[in-house]
Amino acid sequence: MRRVAITGLGVVAPGGVGVKEYWDLLTSGRTATRRITFYDPSPFRSQVAAECDFDPRAAGLSPQEIRRLDRAAQFAVVSTREALADSGLDTSALDPGRIGTSLGSAVGCTTSLEREYVVVSDGGRLWNVDHTYAVPELYQHFVPSSMAAEVGREAGAEGPAAVVSTGCTSGLDSLGHAVELIREGTADVMIAGATEAPISPITSACFDAIHATTPRNDTPESACRPFDRTRSGLVLGEGAAILVLEELESARRRGAHIYAEIAGFASRCNAFHMTGLKPDGHEMAAAIDAVLAEARLAPDTVDYVNAHGSGTKMNDRHETGAFKRSLGEHAYRTPVSSIKSMIGHSLGAIGSLEIAACALAMEHSVLPPTANLHEPDPELDLDYIPLTAREHTTDVVLSVGSGFGGFQSAMVLARPERSAP
Amino acid sequence: MTTTTTTTVTLADLTRMLRESAGEEEGVDLDGDVIDTPFMELGYDSLALLQVIGEIQREYGIEIPDDAVVDAETPGALLALINSGGATAA
Amino acid sequence: MTTTAVVTGLGVAAPNGLGTEEFWKATLAGESGLGPVTRFDAGGYPSRIAGEVPGYVAEEHIPSRLMPQTDHMTRLALTAAEWALADAGLDSAGLDSAGLPEYGVGVVTSASGGAVEFGQRELENLWSKGKEYVSAYQSFAWFYAVNTGQISIRHKLRGPSGVLLTEQAGGIDALGQARRHIRKGVPAVVSGGVDAALCPWGWVPQIASGLMSTVNDPDRAYLPFSSDAAGYVPGEGGAILVVEDPESAHRRGAARVYGHLAGYAATLDPAPDSGRPPALRRAVENALADAGITPADVDVVLADASGVPDLDRAEAEALTALFGPRGVLVTAPKTMTGRLLAGGAALDVATALLALRDGVVPPTVNVAAPAPDQQLDLVTEAREADLRTALVLARGYGGFNAALVVRRAD
Repeated sequence: MRRVAITGLGVVAPGGVGVKEYWDLLTSGRTATRRITFYDPSPFRSQVAAECDFDPRAAGLSPQEIRRLDRAAQFAVVSTREALADSGLDTSALDPGRIGTSLGSAVGCTTSLEREYVVVSDGGRLWNVDHTYAVPELYQHFVPSSMAAEVGREAGAEGPAAVVSTGCTSGLDSLGHAVELIREGTADVMIAGATEAPISPITSACFDAIHATTPRNDTPESACRPFDRTRSGLVLGEGAAILVLEELESARRRGAHIYAEIAGFASRCNAFHMTGLKPDGHEMAAAIDAVLAEARLAPDTVDYVNAHGSGTKMNDRHETGAFKRSLGEHAYRTPVSSIKSMIGHSLGAIGSLEIAACALAMEHSVLPPTANLHEPDPELDLDYIPLTAREHTTDVVLSVGSGFGGFQSAMVLARPERSAP
Repeated sequence: MTTTTTTTVTLADLTRMLRESAGEEEGVDLDGDVIDTPFMELGYDSLALLQVIGEIQREYGIEIPDDAVVDAETPGALLALINSGGATAA
Repeated sequence: MTTTAVVTGLGVAAPNGLGTEEFWKATLAGESGLGPVTRFDAGGYPSRIAGEVPGYVAEEHIPSRLMPQTDHMTRLALTAAEWALADAGLDSAGLDSAGLPEYGVGVVTSASGGAVEFGQRELENLWSKGKEYVSAYQSFAWFYAVNTGQISIRHKLRGPSGVLLTEQAGGIDALGQARRHIRKGVPAVVSGGVDAALCPWGWVPQIASGLMSTVNDPDRAYLPFSSDAAGYVPGEGGAILVVEDPESAHRRGAARVYGHLAGYAATLDPAPDSGRPPALRRAVENALADAGITPADVDVVLADASGVPDLDRAEAEALTALFGPRGVLVTAPKTMTGRLLAGGAALDVATALLALRDGVVPPTVNVAAPAPDQQLDLVTEAREADLRTALVLARGYGGFNAALVVRRAD
């Protein structure tokens, strides 16, 4: 069977642009959550987010690109350039039709759409919005598939391209989709990952309306507290991670640096609720069981679990239940952490950001911690790596996600020499 | 300034707003004796409750505490919370 | 032979017919569903023609509890999914008795701009009244994954699921993804696309694209491949299909097999300034190779039929290069529905399956003949023919190409 290697990484994340800054933040235990600065957050119940200090000019985008691209697309393009450079892959020497694109995003170009809506509706006054005020890019923002085309063109890719949009599992599912395209032989290289720039009044309003985001506005830097007794909801984030994925043997032949193999991917639906989770974690456990089976790895080989860890009580219990169900006694010996405690929840992008973090954890033999975990929830009894990064060699890493719509996804990274096919 | 209100929301008001903002589960008679029937049994999840609480807040100009969604498990409990001054003028 | 997937159920909501047989009857009769927009006041816009699904009363199809949390688009999708599952004998009793494994049925749909009308209402609530007025359902009701999520929940389908966005190509990409899941061992996938953006906030971005027709006569607005082509007309609706593993379908005693999804491929066009050719042709070549056939095996092509002259020409050139001048029957039944965003390609696949079943090519309406430089054998009146294999093409804004080979069941 064709196997899939990660050979390049590119990241835009809260706390910094670029892989180095990202990894520095994650291992320092610092957080990038703060009071929202993009607009006046005072009307909102939750006024905290993990914003990127992103200067598109400094990040290398041209004036026309800046005009044309939504913030999420800008993140994706900048990350793609970093990932391609990191991979050392000369895409111009490849058949463009064998390079594909898979980009995750839950809410697309929502920031640009809301900004333009406010103009064409004249501040919400007009139901029959005024087309004479529409910017030429409006249709591109309307169909976020345009972002996959932008990413594909960065790599000269002419193979299959798509945006994968499965809510907050988009970033895992887009990578899973890319893995499948390489395995089945449709593509040899995939530019895959996810992007999101959702920090906008409409997003604040809709998460407020369901009390999903934290009201802990007095201490923004410690507002996201997964697995902590005092957790009170998620903190919105933004960012992008793009990975260069290659068929393993051809990556080896060209002497590419291989961060890890993506050894498996699986997803299930809970068919239960658009936003709720079943407390027993049954479907997430089923996804974990399936991904380990696909990777031909026993549960007790898992060295680290990168949790969904969104900062809600419902989630913490759901996934802790799932880990125990799938890993059995080994769950108690396996370190688990949530990087959302530091970079917030960037919806569709987070799954790819988490896989990038897992690849870096394997690379550096360091596990990122769960920040803000001072008072463990007594009902949660796993090792959640509180507060400080931990040196730890890992051969097999599991990452999971849950998304609105009922999606439950799981992905396994492994050292290629570790997981015999 | 925050003041305690004297708003009175009746069961009939509540069931009307439930129907409008969250619909009605098949096989449930909202006009029956539902005052002590848990919302879950009436087919309403937390989203439905958040939606109807939003409706009540807007219609009556009051503010209902966040915990109401979790604490008020029945129409009776929710009405008691609203009508006993647990809500404040917004 | 590549493992294929079979289609065992269809659910259609189209501008020229609500329900599969109503749609098919209208399509063969050449009855168009295009007309002046009625779902909102389009009088102030340069484009005023659309394809609207007729006679749909949501309350007759959608449970009361789902009404406040669903957009028109999702209601149409739920209705089409319910019909498709019933058609496949997989309504709730059928699913219970089919003996499928716990995670044996997935859902994969396409989307384009999400549930725009719902989204516009909530944006208006936020900006005109305040954040307290935003619905608790906004967090998911507008977003791209909503149809897949709601279909999964309503029918308790817990298998591998997903959502793909490639604008108008999405319907084929979703079915291609469903086929992938089948190949990996999932017995059944509910798949396809249903879309709707007939509200001002769905309309104005399309105006901004510059591709929409501003000819406001329903019979003259959308004339793909014609010398008078002036852009496209949007419509709403689409199709949901039940895609199954052939052996599993046989084992459970599926009542009918409409046909096989025999080959699939997708490509992305290079940047316009790259000097490289568009990639539609390669998508077709790859799909034919995937199906293990050659161009000579294709009996009819359901074209993407953009209606934008440059794009029409590019499609005609790709077809001529592959099949020779006037080398294959070509038709565009979407001249009767308009372009349905993420729903259109799925509807074309349903149309292709019905055409194969009945041995008749549905017509392209309102187009008398292709432009002289487009050497297509365009079918402008329903024509009986012995059809074994159809090729369905779709292109999405930004350069997405998708091709699906559909083979008759026999």
